[in-house]
Amino acid sequence: MRVVIAEDIFLLRDGLTRMLQAHGLDIVAAVDNGDDLLAAVAADPPDVAIVDVRLPPTFTDEGIRAALAARRKVPGLPVLVLSQYVEQLYARELLASGTGGIGYLLKDRVFDSAQFVDAVRRVAAGGTAIDPEVIARLLARNTGDGSLAALSPREREVLALMAEGRSNAAIAQRLVITERAVAKHTASIFLKLDLQPSDDDNRRVLAVLAYLGS
Amino acid sequence: MPVPKQPGGADPSPESAEDPPSPDLPVPLAAFLNWMRGRLAVAGRGLLLWGLALAGLALLLALLAAFTASALLMVKTSDRYAHLVGAVLVLVAGLALSPLVLLGTRQVARLTRRLSGQWCAVPIADPYLPAPWADGAKAGLRRRLGWLLTDQATWRDLLWVTVDGCVGWILAIAPAALTVLGVFAVLAPYSSGFIRLFGVAIAAFGLWASPWLLRGYGVFARSMLAPTRRAALALRVRELAETRTEALDTSAAEIRRIERDLHDGAQARLVAMGMTLDAAGQLVDSNPEAARALLFEARDASVKALAELRALVRGIHPPVLADRGLADAIRALALDSPMRIHLESDLRGRPPAPIESAAYFAVSELLANVSKHAQARQTWIDLRYTDGTLRIGVTDNGHGGADPARGSGLRGVERRLAPFDGVLAVSSPPGGPTAVTMEIPCELSSPKTSSC
Repeated sequence: MRVVIAEDIFLLRDGLTRMLQAHGLDIVAAVDNGDDLLAAVAADPPDVAIVDVRLPPTFTDEGIRAALAARRKVPGLPVLVLSQYVEQLYARELLASGTGGIGYLLKDRVFDSAQFVDAVRRVAAGGTAIDPEVIARLLARNTGDGSLAALSPREREVLALMAEGRSNAAIAQRLVITERAVAKHTASIFLKLDLQPSDDDNRRVLAVLAYLGS
Repeated sequence: MPVPKQPGGADPSPESAEDPPSPDLPVPLAAFLNWMRGRLAVAGRGLLLWGLALAGLALLLALLAAFTASALLMVKTSDRYAHLVGAVLVLVAGLALSPLVLLGTRQVARLTRRLSGQWCAVPIADPYLPAPWADGAKAGLRRRLGWLLTDQATWRDLLWVTVDGCVGWILAIAPAALTVLGVFAVLAPYSSGFIRLFGVAIAAFGLWASPWLLRGYGVFARSMLAPTRRAALALRVRELAETRTEALDTSAAEIRRIERDLHDGAQARLVAMGMTLDAAGQLVDSNPEAARALLFEARDASVKALAELRALVRGIHPPVLADRGLADAIRALALDSPMRIHLESDLRGRPPAPIESAAYFAVSELLANVSKHAQARQTWIDLRYTDGTLRIGVTDNGHGGADPARGSGLRGVERRLAPFDGVLAVSSPPGGPTAVTMEIPCELSSPKTSSC
């Protein structure tokens, strides 16, 4: 799998490159600013671009803007945005930039390299990877007005993992239950929240996120 | 507390405030009667102002009489010894009375200022220096007296009461006097036709001109009672000194809090991580399994340290505020809130960073207040920039009853805004809704141009 990395801090760029290479990914370019990222993805579209939010010259949300610009330039380009902090606002903007192929994770998630590489592969395959902290805040916001009160605690766990973008298999592994049990939970969740069930993982994620974000 | 000034019912034309004409009278006549009633009310207010002027004068005359009596008695001391004692007694009484008279003139001047705003359409600001002791604290007689005597406004009040008592009231009484004179000329049994006509003209003029005559009185009062440039500057200096002290105290407390959080949080976790890693290093040959467990423990500690640092940074200066400015930062705040928050913004540029930050935390505190106390389901936030002022309105549909005098939350917001000359106004009737409006004078910088 071919990857482009945009990260301005050398140590992190280097560490990320080595970690991904160790997992058998091919780093075709590692740049330190938004303009170089755009040039790199336009010249030779990779399978996925990993972008830090803070990049020169402004060191604000340059990375988000570069990611959105890259997706305009190369429609459907999978982008995984990394940040020291996460905001629902940015998650929404990224999700609105086209269907699928979007990731938005805290930088801490690279500490668990297996999980992180899993997220990279998921995004590259057109899936979604939203940080658990974003999802936790979305859920916290929705528990206030009781729309999630109908769900059992287990169903809420499944909902959170589903919203992060995980497949049934991954959820089953994480919660140490069978895939059939997960399927039963998801069906029940969709029924209780009055959502259209879907077998397509990605459409399912977007439906759940849209429901929580409304 | 600095609440924006009310317009003060300052309407010189009384017609607008009157009842509709009664239905059984022909319309022009009813309108005329209404007009008459309004103008007579104005003339009546003029009479009351005159009464106030005389009351002030009476105060001064009482004091003057005491001193004069004392002086007269002293002149006579050559005759009798007892006179001297009497003179000293009266003098002492006069001196003891002086502070009371000064306070009395201050009350007269205060009332004149207020009435000038309400009746003459000439609002006048108070020029007094605030008391140099804390609100509600007791102060001795000497301190009070010193405060009274060193305030320039006290002496200007005295001058006003004198001038007003001697000549100022002529303008106030003019509408009533002209009307009475005119009516008298018409009704007097010995008046000739010409004099009667003259009387009608005088009375009509008196009534017609009454709002303007009273206004003239107000302008005259303002020329003597309004704060002088010096007084205004003195007030300003005091206010600046106060807000500066508060701002420094707040930021010092903030820095102490950050230091403590770092010391007890991230720093402590890094120390623990170092120790865990050292232990892992010693075990790596003898007990690789235990070493591996320790390494995972160190990793988890680093995740926790990062989470704490993130929370700390959010409290110092939220990254999204630095990235996107006030409107988006508040939008991000709204997304994290369990309430439904509607945001409207017409900000085209960004306020200076300190103001942006103060405004952000002010809104954040208000929202926290709303969710804690108001039991509101919805909140509306309105960001506007007009006439060099940033206006932020936060309105909720909760049960109201918020009081800045009691709630420490609102007081904290006020303190946050004060160093920027920002003000806070609260309207929160019991039963709601609560509307908080903040105003901060500032410049906007042009929006940052995007490089992508």
